[in-house]
Amino acid sequence: MNTTVTVTKRLVNSFEQLAPGHRACLGCGEALAVRLVGKALGQNVIIVSATGCMEIISSQYPFTSWEVPWIHTLFENASAVASGIEAGIRALSRKGEFNEKTKVVAMGGDGATSDIGLQALSGALERRHNFIYICYDNEAYMNTGVQRSSATPYGASTTTSPASKITIGQTTWKKNMPAIVAAHDVPYVATACASYPFDLMSKVQKAMNVDGPSYIHILSVCPTGWRSSTESVIGLGRLAVRTGIFPLYEIEDGRYKLNMQMDKLHPVEEYLKQQGRFRHLSPEVIASIQTRVNADYAKLKEKATRS
Amino acid sequence: MKRIGMEGSLAIAEAAKAAHVDVVAAYPITPQTHIVEKLAELVATGELKADYIPVESEHSAMSACLGSCAVGARTFTATAGQGLELMHEVLYVASSMRLPIIMVVVNRSLSAPLSVWGDHSDVMAVRDCGWIQMFAENVQQAYDLTLCAFKIGEDHSVLFPVMVHVDGFHLSHVIEPYFVLNQEDIDGFIPPYRYPYALNPAKPVTLGAFGPPNVYTEAKKAQEVALLSTKKVILNTWTQFKKLSGRSYNPVEVYKTDDADVALMTMGSFSETAMLAIDSLRSQGLKVGLVRLRLWRPFPFDELRAAVSNLSTLIVFDRAISSGGPPGPVASEIRSALYPMKTRPKVVSFIGGLGGRDVTVQAFEKLIKKGIEKAKADQLTDYEMIEVRGQ
Repeated sequence: MNTTVTVTKRLVNSFEQLAPGHRACLGCGEALAVRLVGKALGQNVIIVSATGCMEIISSQYPFTSWEVPWIHTLFENASAVASGIEAGIRALSRKGEFNEKTKVVAMGGDGATSDIGLQALSGALERRHNFIYICYDNEAYMNTGVQRSSATPYGASTTTSPASKITIGQTTWKKNMPAIVAAHDVPYVATACASYPFDLMSKVQKAMNVDGPSYIHILSVCPTGWRSSTESVIGLGRLAVRTGIFPLYEIEDGRYKLNMQMDKLHPVEEYLKQQGRFRHLSPEVIASIQTRVNADYAKLKEKATRS
Repeated sequence: MKRIGMEGSLAIAEAAKAAHVDVVAAYPITPQTHIVEKLAELVATGELKADYIPVESEHSAMSACLGSCAVGARTFTATAGQGLELMHEVLYVASSMRLPIIMVVVNRSLSAPLSVWGDHSDVMAVRDCGWIQMFAENVQQAYDLTLCAFKIGEDHSVLFPVMVHVDGFHLSHVIEPYFVLNQEDIDGFIPPYRYPYALNPAKPVTLGAFGPPNVYTEAKKAQEVALLSTKKVILNTWTQFKKLSGRSYNPVEVYKTDDADVALMTMGSFSETAMLAIDSLRSQGLKVGLVRLRLWRPFPFDELRAAVSNLSTLIVFDRAISSGGPPGPVASEIRSALYPMKTRPKVVSFIGGLGGRDVTVQAFEKLIKKGIEKAKADQLTDYEMIEVRGQ
């Protein structure tokens, strides 16, 4: 992550797609990510939002936070709506009635992406529509009150995976969405986090230049759902990356590339202990999470080495 | 105007082609498949310059239609039965966001048991979704009404999606002669699609904002007023179409009702069979006629009341069940529409033709005679499902 920094730095002052005055919670990592994504996308885009936090905080009639064309219809269909827009642009461009370079960008939370909208996303990827899909992953259904999703990490307590006498919270491991997307042989897949803004923006720019489908999975720290302090958002995002829990990497035409060389991972405990959702975890469970994270990171490193 | 023989589904595809659709997003489901297969073929040969999205489900078909319609592309799809049900929540969004998607619904029964054959169960489940809905009775009408649907739905004073209902197999898979309009006439009849709030970076709009309680009621009221006021454009379009084709369409169609005392009411392709039954009963001396609902939504209250005001008995034939409720859903709506009239015909309810079961001319004759008896005996609180074995 480094050669592109000088270029993407300039984007910090670029056009704001997301107008000030939205209704996100204090310290929302997702709103920050949306803002940075918008700066990197520029203005020649049409955005499709799935139902969820970002839709609710930005579009209460008669207000809108969106300075670019934006549409929301339902929860599970953002990729399908994007497919239709992209096909429409193609059809209208042929008649000279539209700018064919306009990029379609679909976005949704982890529920809209890895649960209810997975089929529509898979269909749109397989059909090779020219669009970017961005998943803002805050690791649960935060908009409806912190219910677990398939992106909720092992051990996290949510309102539908509560930690209690006989349960430790979420009992399944986080679904690997980037790998699922990569299995569709799309040209570009990346992970990102708003705690690394230049890396995030350069990845969005790369996706803008892809002809075909691309996917960016952004970890979005959620103080409300993670039960962490609002000023810890940037730090927690960095820790998620440095512990290897959420590594930053890209998959370009099937080749894996790690964006940060980390010889030694920070212990996962540093990350877990700052969040109320993991407060109940025993040292044994934390150790098992550490083992799993080490193994997953080693596998990822190997993929990057072999690529 | 050429007269040629063609399968109903193919005639519908020809209508969509003649309307120069920009985007077709569709998923295969029997008995609608021939429509979308034909459209795929027309795109593949270059005869239709459109983008065809072979989506992975009907939910995505209708969702893709939302997108293409919102960006300003003329949009067409077709579905049936289970497919229509899978689209269910998306249908409400299409009408509420005022996106004029044109869809042919090849009417099919609903599982279980699985049945690919025709009835109106799928229609009745989406009657409140806010679309303009109309019924075709033969191949000619399916072609004509599909053409008219584009002009109606895309009119800037309308901007509502339109469903054209076509009976599964009985209409989609029959070959009938029909008159094909000249392309120049069609081009003059259907103006280019210009969506006034199209998604375009040149002029950003926010579509699909959420409505808190302080605006939701007003949004729904505005939508309802708008839907009811579309009838003017529907009537105008049909008048213009008559000038073009010589064929006339009305919200409520009547057959031999001028001197009738009793009438049967039907929707869709069974109406033509019912006409033969009316002819036969008239030759036996019975003063009977037929009333058909062409326009299902917005419901043609005034036209219906006018059409039945002189009848003593109206026998309503439903091809669906409203389970556990007033069993014939159409009969129930007719009763509700007629209730405010000072004098109104007695309404007798029959259900039949479910899951592709044929209803013959003789069966209609029997049903009408039975209906007359039931009206005479004032047996109006029940309904009868015809030709059920083992009861």
